[in-house]
Amino acid sequence: MSSDYDPTIVGLLCNWCTYAGADLAGTTRIKHPQNMRAIRIPCSGRVSPHFLFTSFFQGADGVFIGGCHPADCHYTNGNYYARRRFALMKSLLDFVGVEPERMALEWVSASEGDRFAEVVTKFTEGVKGLRRPSALKRDGLES
Amino acid sequence: MRKVGVFVCHCGTNIAAMVDVAKVVEESRDLPEVVFATDYQFTCSAPGQDQIKDAIREHNLDGVVVAACSPRMHEPTFRNAVAGAGLNPYLVEMANIREHDSWVATDRDEATRKAVDLVRMKVKKVAKLEPLEEIRLPVTKKALVIGGGVAGIQAALDIANTGIDVLLVEKEPSIGGHMAQYDKTFPTLDCASCILTPRMVEAAQHPRITLHTYSEVAEVSGFVGDFEVKIRMRARSIDLEKCTGCGDCLEKCPVKVPSEFDAGLADRGAVYRPFPQAVPNVPVIDREHCTYFLKDGKCGICQKICPTDAIDYSGDDEIITEKVGAIVVATGFHFFDAAKYTEYGYGAYPDVISWLQYERLTNASGPTGGKLKRLSDGKEPETIVFIHCVGSRDPSKGFPYCSRICCMATAKHAVIARSKLPNAQIFSFYIDIRAAGKGYEEFVRRAIENEDVQFIKGRPARVLSKNGKLIVRSENAFTGRPMEVDADLVVLTNGAQAQDDAPELALILGIGYDQYGFYTELHPKLRPVETNRAGIFLAGMCQGPKDIPESVSQASAAAAKALQILSKGELAREPQVAEVNAMRCTGCMDCREVCFYTAIEEDEFMRRKVAKVNPGVCQGCGACVAHCPDGALEMKIFNDEQIHAEITGLFAVPSAGAAGGGGAARE
Ligand code: FES
Repeated sequence: MSSDYDPTIVGLLCNWCTYAGADLAGTTRIKHPQNMRAIRIPCSGRVSPHFLFTSFFQGADGVFIGGCHPADCHYTNGNYYARRRFALMKSLLDFVGVEPERMALEWVSASEGDRFAEVVTKFTEGVKGLRRPSALKRDGLES
Repeated sequence: MRKVGVFVCHCGTNIAAMVDVAKVVEESRDLPEVVFATDYQFTCSAPGQDQIKDAIREHNLDGVVVAACSPRMHEPTFRNAVAGAGLNPYLVEMANIREHDSWVATDRDEATRKAVDLVRMKVKKVAKLEPLEEIRLPVTKKALVIGGGVAGIQAALDIANTGIDVLLVEKEPSIGGHMAQYDKTFPTLDCASCILTPRMVEAAQHPRITLHTYSEVAEVSGFVGDFEVKIRMRARSIDLEKCTGCGDCLEKCPVKVPSEFDAGLADRGAVYRPFPQAVPNVPVIDREHCTYFLKDGKCGICQKICPTDAIDYSGDDEIITEKVGAIVVATGFHFFDAAKYTEYGYGAYPDVISWLQYERLTNASGPTGGKLKRLSDGKEPETIVFIHCVGSRDPSKGFPYCSRICCMATAKHAVIARSKLPNAQIFSFYIDIRAAGKGYEEFVRRAIENEDVQFIKGRPARVLSKNGKLIVRSENAFTGRPMEVDADLVVLTNGAQAQDDAPELALILGIGYDQYGFYTELHPKLRPVETNRAGIFLAGMCQGPKDIPESVSQASAAAAKALQILSKGELAREPQVAEVNAMRCTGCMDCREVCFYTAIEEDEFMRRKVAKVNPGVCQGCGACVAHCPDGALEMKIFNDEQIHAEITGLFAVPSAGAAGGGGAARE
């Protein structure tokens, strides 16, 4: 039953924008689902593919990457690298049975606390809608 | 195993009201790394920090997790605190259980569970941290100021007056910028050159300022505190040392070119100085128009008559290399091309003129000696129409933004017109009057009430020429009807836009610019003079429309920012940089492709090519680390092992009842 499914989501949030946007969501008290555990990273371009794989193998139900809007990356083009890598990782993970709904790359600026809450809510709902853990958790390495 | 202490903050009730702090402390004690855990009302307060310091000493902690607010808020605080107890400041991490948890959660159990998870993740990360040292970099005590308008001059003087050397680079033959062209300044009607020229002279004679006019910045490498700059000095063809500025050559030059300084209202020679008060007062030869250069050595008149033998046709552009510690960019703006509004007839009708032409026409040192007359027949105009917002607030033909200075400039122009022509009829067509600024609104009121300038709300549709008159057709928003004015002179107040080569210079400098070409500040509210590249600051119009006092203030602010760097012997920065593991590196150099900062160099290791990161240039984004196919790149902060520890830490929930490994000294 979907109501029992309480997913755990790994957040990889760029320090300059999405992490700060999440801070702002807090400062302005915008309530949203609390399934995500955020990890601060310097830039979305820092996301190595194995962060996703590790997350899913460890049992994550979703991975949410947050970066700066196009043209706003603090390091100029890290988010463009992130975007390209993400497309690849997504199709590869899809291939091994991890549904695309379990991964998102979103642009949230430091001033978009409301947008942060909104995209995280949407993403969490999407994962919840799958009603069960990912294939990698169900029949992952341990099994 | 690392001995970690966990400190959970109540933040008054900000955290404690939603998170069961005692439970977070309790659960963290179950982690094998944790040897001490406690909570406190306000961990960031002095007693809160003392609690951490005491625990470090008492329990020999070599890692600290503070579960409190965002690290963006208090990471520096706690780094300092642990350093105060002799622990390396990079061995502390913050679990964000306020912004990311208590403030956004609605369920206490859920919020508490999340806090427990976040603390555990951080404990696992801290176990992988390494002690680090700040990177210290030497500072070259010299500044580069690009642009010698009023903003650049101000920044250069402010820096030089502290005893630090400044290179002032200006692309025109003289410093002074647009302000040197203006007649008067609003709202005080000070004579622009009377207040500017002394500053120009002061800058030129300042023992700490080296002036490079007719020069451009060609290349910038290096990083804050230690930039290397290449400056292209265009061939002036006149020896700056020998020339006495007598001006004989100016008179004899047979070539006639429309003078840029006089906005085309007068001619200059191929050898010219923009204006008589130019600084330096040494002409240049404009090789694109000089007969000597165009016709293979024919002419040469200036050389023949020069009494000091200062003319030199042979010199080439020269590139000089300089080291500087900080850069102020003050490259200004240019005026929107009024000819783009064909309906106003600029360029077609001689008596439709631009802002700058009007300035030159009313300026006592201008081509008419300050006589306000028509260009077509030299007669005094009886009716003058000013049109605001030409090129501004008009996305269809110009720019959507407000150029900010034109309303006031037009009011000034109208008041000047009144002082010269007491009986003239003066109209000013505007969209809105924007007169925010000290004394500005009062000045506009003065134009309306005391100087009999008729301000009409309406955007003229057309300017036509009929029987020697200019017919201005417009709507009149007051009456809601169309209206016509028979004018003798129409002045278009054309707005400001970014320099055409602004994007090129931005690429050279590695700084950002917006869709219009204005340079982007680091933060629109709180860091208005800094750029995304450390050590490069903005002043004046190059960052966006602003008036003279704002430009000057920003220039002083940029100078102060530059001095924060230049006044120090060395700079310390976070060791957040990438590093190559030469054993693993195959020398493919793919990392170089993704590095925006050109921080990656080639090196040799065991007689093979490997990559090397220049820690002074690296900004620590991690793009190369994620990119390296061999896993040979690693970061000093946010390294793979640490991020993995956080991820696996999230799922490493200790089984119920299992005691922690550290065991000792629980509270
Ligand atoms: S700094 Fe935010 S995505 Fe690069």
